[in-house]
Amino acid sequence: MSIFINKDSKVIVQGMTGAEGSKHTARMLASGTNIVGGVNPRKAGTSVDFDGTEIPVFGSVADAMAETGADVTVLFVPPAFTKAAVTEAVDAGIGLAVIITEGVPVADTAEFFAYAQSKGVRLIGPNCPGLITPGESNVGITPANITGPGRIGLVSKSGTLTYQMMFELRDLGFSTAVGIGGDPIIGTTHIDCLEAFENDPDTDAIVMIGEIGGDAEERAAAYIKEHVTKPVVGYVAGFEAPEGKTMGHAGAIVSGSAGTAQAKKEALEAAGVKVGKTPTETAELMRAILTK
Amino acid sequence: MDLYEYQARDMFEKHGVPVLPGIVAETPAEAKAAAEKLGGGVVVVKAQVKTGGRGKAGGVKLARSPQEAEEAAQQILGMDIKGHTVHRVMIAAGAAIAEEFYFSVLLDRAQRRYLAMCSVEGGMEIEQLAVERPEALARVAVDPLVGIDAAKAAEIVDTANFPEDLKAPVAEVIVKLWDVYKNEDATLVEVNPLVRTEDGSIIALDGKVTLDENAGFRHEDHEALEDKAAADPLEAKAKALNLNYVKLDGSVGIIGNGAGLVMSTLDVVAYAGESHGGVKPANFLDIGGGASAAVMANGLDVILNDPQVKSVFVNVFGGITSCIEVANGIVGALETLGDAATKPLVVRLDGNSVDEGREILAAANHPLVTIVDTMDGAAAKAAELANA
Repeated sequence: MSIFINKDSKVIVQGMTGAEGSKHTARMLASGTNIVGGVNPRKAGTSVDFDGTEIPVFGSVADAMAETGADVTVLFVPPAFTKAAVTEAVDAGIGLAVIITEGVPVADTAEFFAYAQSKGVRLIGPNCPGLITPGESNVGITPANITGPGRIGLVSKSGTLTYQMMFELRDLGFSTAVGIGGDPIIGTTHIDCLEAFENDPDTDAIVMIGEIGGDAEERAAAYIKEHVTKPVVGYVAGFEAPEGKTMGHAGAIVSGSAGTAQAKKEALEAAGVKVGKTPTETAELMRAILTK
Repeated sequence: MDLYEYQARDMFEKHGVPVLPGIVAETPAEAKAAAEKLGGGVVVVKAQVKTGGRGKAGGVKLARSPQEAEEAAQQILGMDIKGHTVHRVMIAAGAAIAEEFYFSVLLDRAQRRYLAMCSVEGGMEIEQLAVERPEALARVAVDPLVGIDAAKAAEIVDTANFPEDLKAPVAEVIVKLWDVYKNEDATLVEVNPLVRTEDGSIIALDGKVTLDENAGFRHEDHEALEDKAAADPLEAKAKALNLNYVKLDGSVGIIGNGAGLVMSTLDVVAYAGESHGGVKPANFLDIGGGASAAVMANGLDVILNDPQVKSVFVNVFGGITSCIEVANGIVGALETLGDAATKPLVVRLDGNSVDEGREILAAANHPLVTIVDTMDGAAAKAAELANA
């Protein structure tokens, strides 16, 4: 078991024929993901060879789903076309859309998120590394060779901090690691992942990585206190970030007293979450819980 | 990107929001000419800074003649308001204000939609109003798929308890402010105060607009609004090189990949610095995913040109980024610099092609480069070197 994706997930790639899309499709295939097709209206009916595996290209998400039974789509389309591509996937009735694209205007995200929510479609991202259930399925750009299956669930806004944490705990492995993305509006939140991990029988403990900006971590802390019985360890990045400066992620900005790392750390600790000062220390807190 | 008041005023005018005439000036003489152009009567001289509390700091002055406007500009230009130097003033036509209101529309991150806030008690700091009299601040959710149409605007003015005779004219202005928000890809449009003048007009007297930089591709005119002169020279150089860089005050230069890991690196260095004379990070620099050796070398070039930097910490976890490229970038940059390179570099590499990357650095055997295996250990070493 795992959350959101598993070995039975049938994945299509929107933007598969672009440079980023084709590079990462090859990586996803190499890590065992069941990629069943790509979407590009101008190349419908052709196929792309990935090291001996022929992946068909369909004219639309609906066609791809009808032909292959796909239930997950991953998007590598440019920011200007992301809204149209997500809307198409939602209209086709896909179950899960993972949006890797960085630089999507937040108004577009607000609109396609509202639309997806009205149709019951889960979105992950945008501006995220995607998610991996090691040994089963890898949807996005997470390196698959850092670690294997295990019983830790991980949720993080940041890609590289996800990789760092998987590396630190590579001897223990992960059920699923989800990079939810660093934009001001994201389709799947810390809370959504905490809820899913709490209900996943194959996850024993959860690492939650947050960063400055917004109040998602504070709300997640309140959720943990009320609803999560599994042990959670936390890490928050951005103590040194000055007010009013965006640190790479569009959502990572401290405005006034809101969104500081200190406030997030305190909220998590008040909810009983052990918070590490560095990624390594956080990994050690998790190790102590799982190996005691 | 936050706009100056005069830029917000111009943007409001473009979308039909009622505003008063206003002219920006960079010298007292220009201020005088502007006041004359506005008819020679009463004007307000307003400091243009991207921070609140201008009035209290003496950055807003009433002038009864062009001569007084010149004198006021003389006093205000060059003033420091909360760390912001005043380089421009706006000369705005005077208005006979009868009442002050408040309106804003912004991104509601928690609810993942928009939020309109409105009050018949404007003029004061809205944070203060929200704390002291929350019942006086109407908060109305806005569906991104619908926006603020006439019906939503009517709901907003009803919720804010505007008197009957003002509901229609205020709602009309609110719909136009939504046009600004929507059509300019703003993440904040705030009017404080929105006023009723003695002759009954509704006017946006002071505006704050934040634009979404991700939407720049569909707004060619937004680039011109950027305040390039105000940027730090190192930040400007990094931007020209397409690097994601933020200048900070410390002495340990930081380069890493991925915003989260770099933010974390700053914290880990500051934490290690507690044992090394309190040294702090000198910057944020994210070389991004899949960076080439050239990008790495550009990053080093920016950091090593910061006179405050005493040591450099390169912290890379190779996901897409290959440690080979990072190592080649470091070796290449040091070769180019030759004797000009004097600052010690601490390098921690893990992930994609880590063994090859470490071998490249070991083979180059540069006297300034120290390889440390762990992130915490490398941070401690970099802090120690900056404190030496």
